[in-house]
Amino acid sequence: MRRFTWFNATSLTLGFAFLYIPMLIVIIYSFNESKLVTVWGGFSTKWYGELVQNEAFLDAALVTFKVGLVSSVIATILGTMAAYVLVRGGRFYGRTLFSGMIYAPLVMPEVITGLSLLLLFISIGLDRGIVTIILAHTTFSMCYVSVVVSSRLVSFDRSVEEAALDLGCTPFDAFRSVTLPIIAPAVISGWLLALTLSLDDLVIASFVAGPSATTLPIKVFSSVRLGVSPEINALSTILIGIVALGTVTASITTKRAVVRRRHEQQMAVQAG
Amino acid sequence: MNFRRIFLFSIPYIWLLALFLAPFLIVLKISLSDIALAIPPYTPTLDLSGGWVAFKDFFSQLDFENFTFLASDSLYWKSYLSSVQIACISTFICLMIGFPIAYGMANAPQEWQPTLMLLVILPFWTSFLIRVYSLIGILSQDGILNQFLLWLGIIGEPLVILNTNWAVYIGIVYTYCPFMILPIYATLTKLDASLLEAAEDLGCSRTSAFWQITVPLSKSGIIAGCFLVFIPALGEFVIPSLLGGSSTLMIGKVLFEEFFANRDWPVAGAVAVILLLILIIPIVLYQRNEQKMMEAKK
Repeated sequence: MRRFTWFNATSLTLGFAFLYIPMLIVIIYSFNESKLVTVWGGFSTKWYGELVQNEAFLDAALVTFKVGLVSSVIATILGTMAAYVLVRGGRFYGRTLFSGMIYAPLVMPEVITGLSLLLLFISIGLDRGIVTIILAHTTFSMCYVSVVVSSRLVSFDRSVEEAALDLGCTPFDAFRSVTLPIIAPAVISGWLLALTLSLDDLVIASFVAGPSATTLPIKVFSSVRLGVSPEINALSTILIGIVALGTVTASITTKRAVVRRRHEQQMAVQAG
Repeated sequence: MNFRRIFLFSIPYIWLLALFLAPFLIVLKISLSDIALAIPPYTPTLDLSGGWVAFKDFFSQLDFENFTFLASDSLYWKSYLSSVQIACISTFICLMIGFPIAYGMANAPQEWQPTLMLLVILPFWTSFLIRVYSLIGILSQDGILNQFLLWLGIIGEPLVILNTNWAVYIGIVYTYCPFMILPIYATLTKLDASLLEAAEDLGCSRTSAFWQITVPLSKSGIIAGCFLVFIPALGEFVIPSLLGGSSTLMIGKVLFEEFFANRDWPVAGAVAVILLLILIIPIVLYQRNEQKMMEAKK
């Protein structure tokens, strides 16, 4: 017996207002004609035009995108391997250390991860740049991927995997044609998470990035420190738009997949 | 173990050893080598069982040794304390705001729930930096909030919120609220509604049923949410440096800025190690809570 009371409705309204109004204001003011960020000077898209012409931002965006793409792909592969080892590997020497190293980066403050990686890169004499950012991002995002994937691996019915092996599949074939399709949604969401984390990271990148490679968050941060700017509002609006579109699309596709699966199950039951 | 398995296992393992454990050991080594240099031989050096005390010792000893360290030392200690304080206060405010939202979501009609979930998750996927940035325009002296309050006539002159600790609390609450809402919502949806029904049948008022049934049964979600906010808030860098003022001391910000401004890497390493030692307590408590939740599920 759950009743949706006035108290519930009010707290939801206020809560979501709190979560969304700041972002809405950024979006609204990105279309502000005036250079003054607190005065409304009429509708305009000129800041988007200025943003597109800002070479520094474009370069940084390109670096960010490259880093995000490469690191998220490596992180997804490594994270899935790690999850598979953790869930299916049984007991092996150093398992505790391994799972500790998977979970620790999730709670490690970013400043410490950044500092320690920087000290490592310095001590082995690796020049700071795009490579070091990729290495750093891969390391922390593979842990997130492995947590997402292992939660799926734990919950799925292992007997289908065993059946494939009994029917003469090699372990690799069984993984490719049975396990992978089942865990694919988790792998994809792990990859998306890794990509988002990489595109979003400021602190770790600030430590490990050299003068040769600046990422978009670093650029945004240094400009935001000087105060609110209409160009950053425009950039934020674009990024918020991409995320909103992506999230809504993802949720609709998963919902459709669930509906389809239910439908198929019904068909199967009827056929049987 | 066959070769394929060893291959599968060794790649992520070696990666993490090289890029997670090794860097951390380097930090540890740098902070320890500092001890060996700074502390005279007659002081008990690093006693692993009393590691925290040893570090504390190390810092207080440096106080007397080096004048420049004296200043930075008190700065660090104040920063640790104020980080813990800021994280605690923000976590509490987050709970006060997050619980009613989670409760409202759990009580909302079933068909709304996926959308409500999406609305909570959406900010999480949005850039953290942008969310913090969006608060600057609202909290500044000529910002939207002040304009609104002046227009309402509640205040006579603009409030100074940006660049104070208040802005840091608001920033942490705003950005980490989804972490509080989701675990509480998860426990509340699993709560057996018939218990509330039974309580009301037995003459319990709705308010006391809430306090005696709903709140205790969502305890594990509340604890999980609090740690999920507290742990990252403690080492936070972006929020204090964008929203806080010069008087806002948070260890993440201090570490970052001292490292880049002062280039005093051994001290930065030691600061990092102590921050981790402080974090171990909430992390262990959080894991214990998670284990309890897992056992309860079985």
